Amino acid sequence: MAGTLQFSPDDRYNAFITTCREAPFGDGALAGTAVAVKDNISTAGIRTTCASRILESYVPPYDAHVVGLLREKGAAIVGKTNMDEFGMGTTTETSAFGPTRNPADPSRVPGGSSGGSAAAVAAGLVPMALGTDTGGSIRCPAAFCGIVGLKPTYGRVSRYGLVAYANSLEQIGPMARTVEDVSRLMSVIARYDPHDSTMLDRPYDHQPSAEIKGLRVGIPEEYFGEGVDPRVAGTVRDAIGVLEELGAETVPVSIPGMRHALAAYYVICTSEASSNLARFDGVRYGPAVDTRKSWHEAYQDLRLELFGTEVRRRIMLGTFALSAGYAGRYYAKAQVARRNIKEDFERAFCDADVIAGPTMPTVAFRLGEKTDPLSMYLSDILTVPANLAGIPAISVPCGRVDGLPVGLQLMGRQFEDERVVDAAFAYEQEVRA
Amino acid sequence: MKTIVGLEIHVQLATRTKLFCGCSTDYRDDEPNTHCCPVCLGLPGALPRLNRKAVEYGLKVAKALDMRVPEESEFARKNYFYPDLPKAYQITQYDKPLAVEGTVEIEDDEGHEKIVRITRVHLEEDPGRLVHVAGASKYSLVDYNRSGIPLLEIVTEPDMRSPQEARRFLNKLRTILEYLGVFDGDREGSLRVDANISLEGSERVEVKNISSYKGVEKALTFEVTRQKNLLRRGQTVTRETRHFMEGRGITTSARGKEEEHDYRYFPEPDLRPLRVADRVAEIDLPELPVARKNRFMAQYGISLNHARTLTGDPKLADFFEAVAGVDPVLAATWVADTLLGELNYRDMSIAAVPADRIAELLDLLKSETITDKAGVQVLREMLDACAAGKPCEPPAVIVEREGLARATGGEFTPIVQAVIAANPQAVEDYRTGKKGALNFLVGQVMKETRGRADPRELGRIVSECLDTGGV
Repeated sequence: MAGTLQFSPDDRYNAFITTCREAPFGDGALAGTAVAVKDNISTAGIRTTCASRILESYVPPYDAHVVGLLREKGAAIVGKTNMDEFGMGTTTETSAFGPTRNPADPSRVPGGSSGGSAAAVAAGLVPMALGTDTGGSIRCPAAFCGIVGLKPTYGRVSRYGLVAYANSLEQIGPMARTVEDVSRLMSVIARYDPHDSTMLDRPYDHQPSAEIKGLRVGIPEEYFGEGVDPRVAGTVRDAIGVLEELGAETVPVSIPGMRHALAAYYVICTSEASSNLARFDGVRYGPAVDTRKSWHEAYQDLRLELFGTEVRRRIMLGTFALSAGYAGRYYAKAQVARRNIKEDFERAFCDADVIAGPTMPTVAFRLGEKTDPLSMYLSDILTVPANLAGIPAISVPCGRVDGLPVGLQLMGRQFEDERVVDAAFAYEQEVRA
Repeated sequence: MKTIVGLEIHVQLATRTKLFCGCSTDYRDDEPNTHCCPVCLGLPGALPRLNRKAVEYGLKVAKALDMRVPEESEFARKNYFYPDLPKAYQITQYDKPLAVEGTVEIEDDEGHEKIVRITRVHLEEDPGRLVHVAGASKYSLVDYNRSGIPLLEIVTEPDMRSPQEARRFLNKLRTILEYLGVFDGDREGSLRVDANISLEGSERVEVKNISSYKGVEKALTFEVTRQKNLLRRGQTVTRETRHFMEGRGITTSARGKEEEHDYRYFPEPDLRPLRVADRVAEIDLPELPVARKNRFMAQYGISLNHARTLTGDPKLADFFEAVAGVDPVLAATWVADTLLGELNYRDMSIAAVPADRIAELLDLLKSETITDKAGVQVLREMLDACAAGKPCEPPAVIVEREGLARATGGEFTPIVQAVIAANPQAVEDYRTGKKGALNFLVGQVMKETRGRADPRELGRIVSECLDTGGV
């Protein structure tokens, strides 16, 4: 039954940038279900800020493909969630609208960049939310906040309407408290869209199954090595033990290309970002300012004023990596490293059906704890490989360390999103029972 | 000193919709910013979707120019800031163009056939258009109707040796594009040229954004003179970009340093690589200008010059074929020389001329119902009517009304006699062997008969009268 949903949440964690007090909804599989949407996904008539001052008052005239699908299935779009500015960050602290807090411990970050979506779900404000994952941005906050998040196979969910940060890496994906809800939301958003040329027509239509007898689970040594908190590693190993009890067998695998993954990732994502964000020139977007200068000086001044530090840092890095004389040394090499990682995964998937490891090397940081960008970038080490390879990866809560949630990450072959969902579902059903 | 010219030509492909979205390309006469969507406005989140027709047109051109289509081509982003560029990058093709290594045959300055090599062709989108409001306005306006219009960039090797050759090349290229039906030459800005020119041994200058064929020849001619003068005065030619000022026919230096760009090309992540090489075989090419020219000579027995002129424009060639049935050689002369001359004079298009009426006119000429001279008169009346948007009367009606039917011998004997009587000096000159005198007398008779008589026949009658003294 179509209607209107009243939505006035107690947003004590600053999960939302915009809330829709009266959210209309239609009929369908998600009729009347409140869904929060990350604020880099275009919503017609609802401002879409990317948590940036430059888009503070931007109201898109069109819906992203996934938003159209949500509306078609009757979902109520109740708000736009907080995030790292343009998706650049691991903590949701780079938002121009202030950081989101982690409902599991408000002194800590929710993870990033889909921290608002994760917090909204974890705090019970909405049952499900959309996030986007460029280098782990769905899985990291899911792990830190103790919910489930799926980064789908690249090309399985339309990116049309997603404000691009790093096109070749990012996907829109579902976040929810249970694997079943993640799967339900995925069934709605994974529908073919001719507007996205990188998409394949492989709709997701799946009921999770807990039957995983004989599933070969690959354990990459690299996911339990240096930099990973031993207590987190131990918690995840215990979770893998549960999978074994359910009839899965474990096999050792290796992703040797991992050692170049972060470097390759940051070169590629900053390169693409430098190009994608160039359109935000402070003239068509941003407050109207009469600078009385030449246009390129006006661009420069406004971009300095309206972009945050992390965004400017990444634009500078990407501009440098692509510039004449350096592109061969950085961009081209990063593409080679990316190919290597893809091949590593292909090899590993000869022996294993899914690959398991921790989602994040540590539990959630304290707000303001990570001040040095490099140490922040290092925490993406376990999530980034799946984006480089374009494979599906899910994070499911698997226990706590110091009272803070830990995520088990399960990665699968391209277009085998169903398989990682099933593995996560089996684990979840077992520990909940 | 050898002149070396290479060209980069941006051709607007005549697709119905834009290169990466479904917006219509026909924005002529429409308000600014009325043919726009999130994609061509570069709105956040919008994604490009490649127009199949544009690719097909590009491949058609590649095939017509005998080019090689690599297994894989790829779109790239060319990044730069400019207020008319909505995404701050242009989607184009960089190191993997659609096709490479082709040829176009032209006439060189001595009238010999020569080959101009084509380096590459690639697809790209047009940016928007800045409109600078007249007067010292504090702002400029942007019109995105043109944003995303598909362009095919055609790059030549520096194979042309004079501004005239460059113009002939462009004419030839335009003809091929028109034959292929991928290009509408009547649209504003449908063909824009950047010309590279150098004198052998000195630096190269690029003249940007010339929007007419005549402009290219003019700009290059200006550059040849300017560069020669520099060298003559012992100065050097600087490597630079120059603008052509159409109105004044000169080029001016674009500020060198600010124009220097680092475009930071990289593969467009939103589009997949193109694999279309195997589609080339399926493309059917129409008969192209060279083949049609050769066929015209063989099939209709007309001269090389006529065949060349008639095939220079597919519409003209079609027109000729529509009227050639009467008498191909007669038709060729009338269409290529007379009709084309009249059309040029009136700035009229061949499309405005009814072929059936011209065929009727040719019938009257062939049957010698009217003289050539009267034919021209009838033709002019017909064209005037067409130009004025009036119905074109059958030529026979015009002949009847104007009394232009060819006169027969007996009808003008009295006129001949009167002319001879009135010009004793000419008669005397004729008798003393001055041949020009006969032409003078014939001319006088022609004047009196308003072109209704055939000059050759008249000549015979006048000389007969003079020789027999039959005055």
